[in-house]
Amino acid sequence: MLEGFMIGLTTAFSLTNILMVIGGCLIGTFIGMLPGLGPMSIIAIMIPVAITIGDPSAALILLAGVYYGAVFGGSTSSILINAPGVASTVATSFDGYPLTRQGKAGKALTVAAISSFAGGTIGAVLLMIFAPALASVALLFHSAEYFALMVVGLSAIAAFAGTGQVSKALLMTLLGLMLATVGEGVLFNAPRFTMGIMDLQSGIGFITLAMAMFALPEAIYLVLDPNRSKTAEGGEQGEIKELRITREEAKSIAPVIGRQSIQGFLIGVLPGAGATIASFLGYAVERNIAPKEEQEQFGKGAIKGVAAPESANNAASTGSFVPLLTLGIPGSGTTAILLGALIALNVSPGPRLMVDEPQIFWAVIISMYLGNLVLLILNLPLIPYIAKVLAVPRNYLIPFILFFTLMGAYIGQNNATELLLLVGLGVTATIFRFADYPLAPLLIGFILGPLLENNFSRAMQLYEGVSFIWERPMTLALLVIALLLVLLPSYRARRARDRAEGVADGD
Amino acid sequence: MALDRWIAIVVLLICLAYGYAAFFTMDDALPPIMRRAPIWPSSFPKVLVVGAILMTLIIILGLEKGPQKTEAADINLARLHEYKVGQALMLIGLMIAYALLLRPLGFLASTFLFLTVGSFILGERRFLMMAIVSILAAGFIWYLVDGVLGIFLRPLPGFLVGG
Repeated sequence: MLEGFMIGLTTAFSLTNILMVIGGCLIGTFIGMLPGLGPMSIIAIMIPVAITIGDPSAALILLAGVYYGAVFGGSTSSILINAPGVASTVATSFDGYPLTRQGKAGKALTVAAISSFAGGTIGAVLLMIFAPALASVALLFHSAEYFALMVVGLSAIAAFAGTGQVSKALLMTLLGLMLATVGEGVLFNAPRFTMGIMDLQSGIGFITLAMAMFALPEAIYLVLDPNRSKTAEGGEQGEIKELRITREEAKSIAPVIGRQSIQGFLIGVLPGAGATIASFLGYAVERNIAPKEEQEQFGKGAIKGVAAPESANNAASTGSFVPLLTLGIPGSGTTAILLGALIALNVSPGPRLMVDEPQIFWAVIISMYLGNLVLLILNLPLIPYIAKVLAVPRNYLIPFILFFTLMGAYIGQNNATELLLLVGLGVTATIFRFADYPLAPLLIGFILGPLLENNFSRAMQLYEGVSFIWERPMTLALLVIALLLVLLPSYRARRARDRAEGVADGD
Repeated sequence: MALDRWIAIVVLLICLAYGYAAFFTMDDALPPIMRRAPIWPSSFPKVLVVGAILMTLIIILGLEKGPQKTEAADINLARLHEYKVGQALMLIGLMIAYALLLRPLGFLASTFLFLTVGSFILGERRFLMMAIVSILAAGFIWYLVDGVLGIFLRPLPGFLVGG
């Protein structure tokens, strides 16, 4: 492990990679503050940029930086104007915004930054311990287990997708998998379901689909309902001063941060749960275990109420890298997009990653430390200036959001047909969203589709049929777990959903 | 009937078409040697489509009770006319126009038009400001993508550069 750590250090501490982290964090913070562009959309827009860089470690470091930055930016707008840019920072606004109204915006931002830093750092340490262990187990897996594991992942995502109706989430997952079968597959060299259209031969671009599923519907929602895009136009944006916190305050939030970092990380590791659930659960747990007099402060500007969701959501974001890097299975929409980016860069995440390309794996972990440090020492002092972006009027903001969405799909493919496909899929996705169909499962299904089919096919070939399901106990056990996940409705996701609606999907 | 069931019906029809292709037409061109293999190109799609049809039926027949919607934060379809539907539709049209005009007009002109018309649709009337913002943005982004990232974007209309 120490050896890997050193490899990571040398990779991450090159000048380019440090610049990548800094640049990524700044871009992420900047865009993450805006309503309508969640981390998923930002990462999807940045993918063509990352691919142009060419070096997978640098690209992944950039994207990871963008991810942390976006989560941080989301909490900033939650605190300052009560408009969470992303779902995982909704819980932060419960206490962050009251603090702003009391003129303590600076304090709330500092608590948020320190909690995020601690959550992210503790998460990174846990990742460093967990991932290699999990990867060594995963090396024993065969294609049958991989197939079953992906089914478990997809079922968990459907079960936690948060609409309360598992059948809808499952349907979306299956639709995603079906969309993935369009085009020429790796396995058979024959075009499938292209309906004779040449442009479909190579399948649907995943960036196009990501934009269509998240960025475009959110933008259309912003247009439909002007109240959603609360920017600071003439509104009451708190003056940001007094960034310091006292020793007593630091002492009171330290145990909260410690608990929530670990809890958040563990929730983040589970597929389908992710940062949103972690932040709500963290907030709820801390409120329940706080002493009576402090309990009443929650919701009125308790700094613990900022510290808990912030450390939890950052630790969970880090935790969601565990299944991605060790099993190659994304647990959330954001990590699914990162998986797509990795595949585009010719890196296949999974247990072999640590053996074959340790520099990528370790560089990402080191960059997590770096990214958290950058957020704390660089972004925090800059926040009063970055927050000016919140004053951009809606009339200019929305055309730019739409334009970036189009560009994200265009520069990856340089094909104008892709734009028409994007608009078509985006309008469809908006209609789906009207009727409460969750969109993340579709994208995750789409990205996992080829992997799922390949492993399924390989297992079928090896066992000359489906007998691998009962001949391999591990596979059978995993499939039973998948079935249970689908059948047992999740009350936690329901509770989180009631509050998380109305902001950009994703964590 | 609620919108989610209408959607499920449409999805069901798509699934039936997909399923028809998977079960009946796709394997016609399969060479005989491949027919011996335990897995065919259509095997996985068949599994998927059966599952998807089951799910659409569950939704159409209302077998799974959904939770009552109470959130005010989301779009309420019953009051759709209170939202800016016209603006949204016009912006969608604008995006389609952008997709169609990007090649013939070139990146700079079409982006300038897109940003200006977009703000105009949203109610902006400070024309000078709109023009300045759009020109600067179009130029800057073109420089960034073409110059810095090295991804080619044709800046000018096709007839000016002969392509």
